Amino acid sequence: MAAIDDSPIVLPDDPNFGPEVQADYPGYRSTRWRAANRPLVTLPEEFHDLMGPVFGHDAIEENDNDLTRQHEGAPLGERITITGRVLDDEGRPVRNTLVEIWQANAAGRYKHEVDQHPAPLDPNFSGAGRTLTDDDGRYHFVTIKPGSYPWGNHENAWRPNHVHFSVFGREFTRRLVTQMYFPGDPLFEFDPIFHSVRDPKARELLVARFDLSLTQPEWALGFSWDIVLGRGGSGTTPMEDA
Amino acid sequence: MSLPRTPSQTVGPYFAIGLSRRPENELAARNDPGALTLVGELIDGQGNPVPDGMVEAWDSVGGRWGRSGTDADGRFTFVVTKPEARPGEAPRLDVLVFARGLLRHQLTRVYFPDEADANAADPVLSALGDADRATLVAEGEDGALRWDIRLQGDRATVFFAH
Repeated sequence: MAAIDDSPIVLPDDPNFGPEVQADYPGYRSTRWRAANRPLVTLPEEFHDLMGPVFGHDAIEENDNDLTRQHEGAPLGERITITGRVLDDEGRPVRNTLVEIWQANAAGRYKHEVDQHPAPLDPNFSGAGRTLTDDDGRYHFVTIKPGSYPWGNHENAWRPNHVHFSVFGREFTRRLVTQMYFPGDPLFEFDPIFHSVRDPKARELLVARFDLSLTQPEWALGFSWDIVLGRGGSGTTPMEDA
Repeated sequence: MSLPRTPSQTVGPYFAIGLSRRPENELAARNDPGALTLVGELIDGQGNPVPDGMVEAWDSVGGRWGRSGTDADGRFTFVVTKPEARPGEAPRLDVLVFARGLLRHQLTRVYFPDEADANAADPVLSALGDADRATLVAEGEDGALRWDIRLQGDRATVFFAH
């Protein structure tokens, strides 16, 4: 633990981790005093089948899934759509599950009092949305492409463009909070949060696909991103499994 | 066919704009005769409060869910009633913890202090050593329940694999 501030921001790839993040990834400095430093305890198997909360349409208000129509005027920035399916690891749709997103505006600023990045707030953009998946497990959002922004992790640190996602799923233990990235971002190679997923194939699962067929002429670029809620919980680290 | 699951990423410091837009911390009505306030502090490995964390509580028997962002003092607050217990288990709430610095959320649970017999017989609690078991049982405090969550250290809360 002593040398964490000197450890590299980006560690070499390691496919042994699979889709698991390295929870104590040292390049992401905030892990130092927050990531668990004792082994996780294994729960009885049946616990992993426990159902989680169910949300109804009363959880959703008008324009909750269109972040460009929540104010008087249109937000500045590049209008985009994000759509995809929430699936279980057998490929079955996860229906009627709550999907929530939040993001920076086009200038790279969150509408949050702690965010003091000297980029303008946009009075027409709050940066939050929510929706329920349909019978096919599909969600759909209209928003603007978030900007990159600096953060205090290390010298000249910038986050790649990303949208935060929160998904509930059916089983309580499959709850997922993650971030969706955009293809071809030049900041990927410098970002410790992205690289806390050590397996490069697993990192690709966090990157949306640009889809011309979803792109609406004269209106909005279309991105596609599926979310798979899988079972974890071996109680051992990937390194010990290998 | 088994699809690789989507990896987790941290909730980050600004989740409140998306996840704390409306108050959702009441699992029971405040005027319910059995209503209790469950308060606690989320504490990091240096003993400092975590002011940018979020705690979710889930009563899987009653189907009641809530969440509370931590305040400047690291405090979270819920209004709860004691859940029904599953057969052979003690009543409890399942709890998820999110924060900047947590690349994946933590899974834990909180038990009730006035259920000594049921707690002693609970298969998960009874499998833990005394010190670990104590991290999962709330304390009664002025008619409320007090339960702190310690992310690291000798007195760290027990977290479960998920």
